[in-house]
Amino acid sequence: MDRNQIVQPENIVCKKPTLMNDNNMHYCPGCSHGVVHKLVAEVIEEMGMADKAIGVSPVGCAVFAYNYIDIDWQEAAHGRAPALATGIKRTWPDRLVFTYQGDGDLACIGTCETIHALNRGENIVIIFVNNAIYGMTGGQMAPTTLIGQKTSTCPYGRDPEIHGYPLKMADIAAQLEGTCYVTRQSVESVASILKAKKALRKAFEASMAGKGSSLVEFVSTCNSGWKLTPAKANEWMKENMFPFYPKGDLKDTTSL
Amino acid sequence: MKGAIEVNTERCKGCSLCIIACPQKVIALANKVNLHGYPYVEAVNEEACVGCASCGIVCPDGCITVYRKKVEE
Amino acid sequence: MAEKGEVVLMKGNEAIAHAAIRCGCDGYFGYPITPQSEVIETLAELKPWETTGMQVVQAESELASIYMVYGAAGAGKRAMTSSSSPGIALMQEGITYMAGAEVPGVFVNVQRGGPGLGTIQPSQGDYFQATRGGGNGDYKVIVLAPSSVQEMADFVDLAFELAFKYRNPAMILSDGVIGQMMEKVVLPPFKPRRTDEEVIKECPWASTGKPKNRERVVITSLELKPEAMEKRNIALQEKYAKIQENEVRFEQKQMDDAEYAIVAFGSAARIAEKSVEIAREQGIKVGLFRPITLFPFPEKQIAELSKKVKGILVAEINAGQMVQDVRLAVNGAVPVEQFGRLGGIVPDPEEIVNALKKVM
Repeated sequence: MDRNQIVQPENIVCKKPTLMNDNNMHYCPGCSHGVVHKLVAEVIEEMGMADKAIGVSPVGCAVFAYNYIDIDWQEAAHGRAPALATGIKRTWPDRLVFTYQGDGDLACIGTCETIHALNRGENIVIIFVNNAIYGMTGGQMAPTTLIGQKTSTCPYGRDPEIHGYPLKMADIAAQLEGTCYVTRQSVESVASILKAKKALRKAFEASMAGKGSSLVEFVSTCNSGWKLTPAKANEWMKENMFPFYPKGDLKDTTSL
Repeated sequence: MKGAIEVNTERCKGCSLCIIACPQKVIALANKVNLHGYPYVEAVNEEACVGCASCGIVCPDGCITVYRKKVEE
Repeated sequence: MAEKGEVVLMKGNEAIAHAAIRCGCDGYFGYPITPQSEVIETLAELKPWETTGMQVVQAESELASIYMVYGAAGAGKRAMTSSSSPGIALMQEGITYMAGAEVPGVFVNVQRGGPGLGTIQPSQGDYFQATRGGGNGDYKVIVLAPSSVQEMADFVDLAFELAFKYRNPAMILSDGVIGQMMEKVVLPPFKPRRTDEEVIKECPWASTGKPKNRERVVITSLELKPEAMEKRNIALQEKYAKIQENEVRFEQKQMDDAEYAIVAFGSAARIAEKSVEIAREQGIKVGLFRPITLFPFPEKQIAELSKKVKGILVAEINAGQMVQDVRLAVNGAVPVEQFGRLGGIVPDPEEIVNALKKVM
């Protein structure tokens, strides 16, 4: 069989999602954001909700998420995305409304908005890309930075005496009455990516069925901030992040 | 199954996660850079490709289109 | 609920709530703060989500409130919030974001004394905050200053009309006197909320969900390329110039033969009306000029006025804020003095008359 017989449109088994446009993404090589963006684009497309999806982008590396996925977007102030999403979903209840936030946005400046939107059970999905560092601003400590982890504002390693402890937002979210689905996923391997996509689809469907709020955390890498290669960053994540932020569903009442 | 890949070299950033994900050692970094200055990947051993799409799935930039065709006996 | 044309007696704050429902508001997102909590309380009692479908959400803070408004208004819906001075201070970031992203949010400030946590008594100390903006960058908010419960009721629809006409945030700058006092008011007739299709038609710029036949909408105030950002800013400035040209509103009383003028807005103007009466009884030919829009400020009209009078007294319940704009407009033609009380104290009409005599 020659190559021309294989390379035919009917033989495509994997390609860039149609909802993801041709703009080159600005993320660092190997950044988890790219994979999560692909999943968001694929799931919206497969659900047939491309003309009904409204995303809210954060302040952080993903501030330009709106340049890459062809749906309508709003840019939120730092941490406030869940409030914007509340305003949008309350006045457009038949739209698929989600936020896309990093750890600084969601777990630091936006902790209040995150908890209250989840607790009110707003029918939205909060996507949380957690890489335990502030990527966009150059690698400072985040509320999810691990004890002992070095960043530019804790160059000797996070010390609880000075810096306090890392925050487990998914655990907090799972305690709230208003949430219907809280899960932690990752996107470093084919298996984890396929699982993550299923989780994201479940969350989006729950929001459209009016079941309440969902938090989908993606434990992720920041190879630039961690000063590792993309491959080494995946290894570091598996060895250090996964034990502290264990993957799996923390809460799932979507079938009730 | 026989597979083949097409890499969007201008979108590729040379992160090499596809190289690690590929079970068949099909992909390697080319000795060239694209217009953005990134080294990009190419199929160096495409005969071994089975179209599993691991590369396309892990690629953070959606650069790889994967084709797969069943080999008729 | 009162019907069209029926005269009812209610507080200014209550009138805001009734008017919001009647003008087809889609969502109110707010947080309690004295002296304006009656707005959300009245809405909660009236349950418009059961009648018109208007959403009423008690947010977790003023910060959250303004961003809920931003989200809904950025999606083309009529969304509003209300607060008082310290809460409006918290909202400043959201307001500049709205101005930058051209989002037509509406908000009400029922002013109280400051600075800081201040007092719950009335003041007009947020004139600077409203017209100069506590947020960052070159921007303007359309500012309407009611001086009666009737205007509280009338200005809600007007604020939305102006906000959507210019795709700009608009504020109703009230104060604790107007918010809390009870007066006769004719509530506006019911206007239905726009349907989703009407919103999409009226607001093609809004993030309502991207159909195949248009580009995606991004509601954002971020632009990193300097040339593009300058263009954006120039366009905003041109918009503000248009607003200045077309939307000035003011009221004059007994100015035809006036030798002196009192310039006042909001509750100070109501008090000054009485001062004009008292002064006239004493033989002083004084009139009242009341700006209704604070942005756009009636600078042309005040400049004209300064050619006819011998002196101007600006009566405002603060340490001297609107007086600066009056002085700019007057440009040295005649003396301009200011009278105000601070700390939440509301002046008597006689105090203003005495201050006027000092100008003369």
